[in-house]
Amino acid sequence: MKQVDVVIIGGGPAGLAAAIQLYQKGVTNILILEREKKLGGILRQCIHDGFGLTRFGETLSGPEYASRFVRQVEELKIPYLTDTTVLELTRERMVYASSAVHGFLEIQAKAVVLAMGCRERTRGAISIPGTRPSGVYTAGVAQAYINLKNKMVGKEVIILGSGDIGMIMARRMTLEGAHVQGVFEIQPYPSGLPRNIEQCLHDYQIPLYLSHSVTEIKGTDRLESVVISQVDEHLNPIPGTEKEYPCDTLILSVGLIPENELTWMAGAREDQGTKGAAVDEFYQTTVPGIFAAGNVLHVHDLVDFVSLEAERLADGAARFVQEGDLPGSGLKVQGDGMVGQLVPTRFSGQEDVTVSFRVRRPVKNCTIMICQGEKTVKQVKRAKALPAEMIQIPLRAADLKQEGDLEVKVVW
Amino acid sequence: MKSYEVMVIGAGVVGSAVARELSRYQLRICVLEKELDVACGNSSRNTGMLHAGFTYKPGSLKAECAVEGNQEFDQVAGELGVPFKRTGKLVVGFTDHDRENILKYKAIGEENGVKGMRMIDKEEISRIDPNAGGEFAMFVPSSGILDPMQYTIALAENACQNGVEFQFGQRVVNIRRADQAGQVRYLVETETDTFETKWVINCAGMYASEISEMLGYPNYPTKGFKGEYYVLDKKAGAFLSIPVYPAPNDKGGFSTHATPTIDGNVLVGPDSYLTEGREDYVVTKEHMDGLFADGQKMFKQMRREYFIRNFAGIRWKRYDPDTGSILDFKLESDDAHPNTVNLVGIESPGVTCALPLARRAAARLVEKEQPRKNPSFDPVRPVKKRFNEMSHEEQAQAVARDPLYGEIVCRCETVTRAEILAAIHNPLGGHTVTGIKNRTRATMGRCQGGYCETRITEMIEEELGLKPEQVRFGRKDSYLFTGRVREAEQDLKRSCEG
Amino acid sequence: MVREFTCIMCPQGCDIRVELAEDQGKNGKILQISGNKCPKGKEYVTQEIINPVRNIATSILVEGGELPLASVRLTKPVPKARIFDVMAEIRRIHVPAPVMEGEIVIHDCLGLGSDVMVTKTVEKENSRSL
Repeated sequence: MKQVDVVIIGGGPAGLAAAIQLYQKGVTNILILEREKKLGGILRQCIHDGFGLTRFGETLSGPEYASRFVRQVEELKIPYLTDTTVLELTRERMVYASSAVHGFLEIQAKAVVLAMGCRERTRGAISIPGTRPSGVYTAGVAQAYINLKNKMVGKEVIILGSGDIGMIMARRMTLEGAHVQGVFEIQPYPSGLPRNIEQCLHDYQIPLYLSHSVTEIKGTDRLESVVISQVDEHLNPIPGTEKEYPCDTLILSVGLIPENELTWMAGAREDQGTKGAAVDEFYQTTVPGIFAAGNVLHVHDLVDFVSLEAERLADGAARFVQEGDLPGSGLKVQGDGMVGQLVPTRFSGQEDVTVSFRVRRPVKNCTIMICQGEKTVKQVKRAKALPAEMIQIPLRAADLKQEGDLEVKVVW
Repeated sequence: MKSYEVMVIGAGVVGSAVARELSRYQLRICVLEKELDVACGNSSRNTGMLHAGFTYKPGSLKAECAVEGNQEFDQVAGELGVPFKRTGKLVVGFTDHDRENILKYKAIGEENGVKGMRMIDKEEISRIDPNAGGEFAMFVPSSGILDPMQYTIALAENACQNGVEFQFGQRVVNIRRADQAGQVRYLVETETDTFETKWVINCAGMYASEISEMLGYPNYPTKGFKGEYYVLDKKAGAFLSIPVYPAPNDKGGFSTHATPTIDGNVLVGPDSYLTEGREDYVVTKEHMDGLFADGQKMFKQMRREYFIRNFAGIRWKRYDPDTGSILDFKLESDDAHPNTVNLVGIESPGVTCALPLARRAAARLVEKEQPRKNPSFDPVRPVKKRFNEMSHEEQAQAVARDPLYGEIVCRCETVTRAEILAAIHNPLGGHTVTGIKNRTRATMGRCQGGYCETRITEMIEEELGLKPEQVRFGRKDSYLFTGRVREAEQDLKRSCEG
Repeated sequence: MVREFTCIMCPQGCDIRVELAEDQGKNGKILQISGNKCPKGKEYVTQEIINPVRNIATSILVEGGELPLASVRLTKPVPKARIFDVMAEIRRIHVPAPVMEGEIVIHDCLGLGSDVMVTKTVEKENSRSL
């Protein structure tokens, strides 16, 4: 059995940033476990640019953004194993992993960093009626086929869901000669970022239809067509609005879900808002010594924020390893009806806290208020707030008290 | 022209069972299947119940075969290495009318020879499973759960191992009688080939009436009762240990029930409605909504966040056109149609009845031909323990022996590269993504292939030397790729010439 | 005349309003720009009015590599109208492995002043970098 200070599960943007920061904080007995052949995580297939503006002040492609971290891991000689899948994580921080290259591994860690990222919501999860032909792909799978595996998935394309990956795939497939007939979004507002509507859809004359959804999939062998209906304010299809679109490919970009099988195995508590683990300001889960950051915790809009969050996690994890404990986080963080995906949900009141969340629907000219008891800790005005973007608000320890829950409110 | 002694039409659970039973004898046997793998029709589109046999008319073939099939299944599962659990079943009721119907079928069950059925109260229901609904119930100890796809694959593989040949992608379009030198001979024509055979056994499931007519038997009236299902995540499976059925209706049919699967998921369904389409596996919003509402009555933990998939199956029943009533399984052979066995209207409980039906079908042939026993027949199908069912010690040993066990291809179901490779090179030869799924469970988990499908398609290509556009999802024309994003020059040249 | 833009320079996606003088039905002098939170927004709309430019990200074929494709992007955006011409050029390229991040595979593509640059290192097959 191997013993290390910190096992990091996942060598994507969160895991790499956490590893480097831990190392720089003096925790060097680390092991990153990555299931793919290479480090870099999902960024390896995100070949479009737009990454790194916040973190590096320049715009990079996904692979370039990842390689900046990978290079640093290599330079610092931080140990990592690729081709290695973690099978089980226990509450006592035993890690069981399997690898064709490194064999079966049993590792005891003082702390574990969960950085497994997220997976895509599938057709089954949203129960689209119809047949089950080939030609129905989630956006990320289509992206992997096209950008990593050199396989083209189709020619006549419909995209369901206006998530960023869906829009990016609309452009990507258009560039590769496919005809994208439109992007259809069930909500009355787009779920991806405005810049992607502009540069992925408008630039290529791809129409975006809001309040529309696929109500039937047709075709026995390969996809032959989809039926699309308008939906009402309760997202129910409006009878009589059905329109059939012949196509051979349906791309689903209908949401991401944190990939937390190992988290629950270890006994950490789930937060119903994020579907990730409930964490405190150190990104520690309800199981002492098990930390989570990045998309495994809550789905981010930008990788830059994943890296920054993982670095903050590393500060806490390093303290846990070096001091054996962290201040107890007994106070709650709560949001009003407009606040979704709130992180963290607990804090100590003794340390800096970065509160992050998304608004539940678009609002203009709003004020974000963060209060502890009677006191307004912070107030931020925004010209617009969209569900597509994660809002992050740093709070300083000096402004917090060690009693009273935090309230996050959006008023306009 | 390929020539056989026995041609079995259809590689569903019945056809595979017939092939397996006939492989006990020295016969040249071939199974013709229109799809690319076994169990592509309703053999895989059902609840996976080993039925006890308490709803079928006493004296019927259904009742006889169900009870027989149920009683022998521990041995069958052992021989074929099929995961199976005798969970028992709860038939729950809420009203006095429910109680009457349950008692009626309890009496029928007893007449059919079903053992150990007893009425229990609400308290005992919740002792058996706190997530089961119902005010009272009948507990049926002999019911069980199995994976019908694994079972069909196991029957077919065991047949194959004992010398039976399988031909896939062969839809039978015509059967001609062409006797030679006084010997009965049939020519079975598919869309692409013609096969010569001495015997024909019709196991064509939903298409059995058409084959029946080709053989000179009547084109029996049949109709489809379709049912839709929800598949729930294994997270929900933790809450259900036993199948929970509502009280049967006056005709002995069950509406939506909740059943744990042998792999730890939960199935909710099927409902039941008439369909015209022979392979109308479309799932509909109307019925999904109905399943959700009815499912909650049987299973208290039915929640939307557990949905991972929907599917539909069709019970293609034989009926009397004059009265509309549903008829028993038909198993026939006579001198007017020499060397044939005709099986029509085999629907639920077809999985439970497959081997008993197969033995009865085989007996017709054996009686007439008196074939010699196959000396090398082995009823036992060798199976390897699944990696995800091994302890950590066993996993470590497996990886040490064969490093390919170390590579996890499907994360949700923990399926290794070694297991996927074995599935790609399976003895029957179904080489589709669905075929690999049915053998290994890869892509069946909550991410539905999001992680592993790209790997599996790559392995299919590499192992079988296919081009991307030749890889199939499940059915004949279910291509996954239109080609490469970038072609090497020699490929471009080739495609210009071609 | 007023035109509205969604800035694509960063994820904030500012809604920018531009007032233009009308010059015989065509876009004339920019009178006022508002709504941008940073100077990049001003640069973006100015360029957008004169001649919109875009970057593109795609892949080239790698022979004998651990991956079949290497991703590429342009070192400088090109006029929007030329995107598919540039794509046609990139589609023709194939290189033997290894290919390194930062390597230029087309210099001054179509004379547009932009290079096609590899954004992902692809090693030779079987040479594992552990």
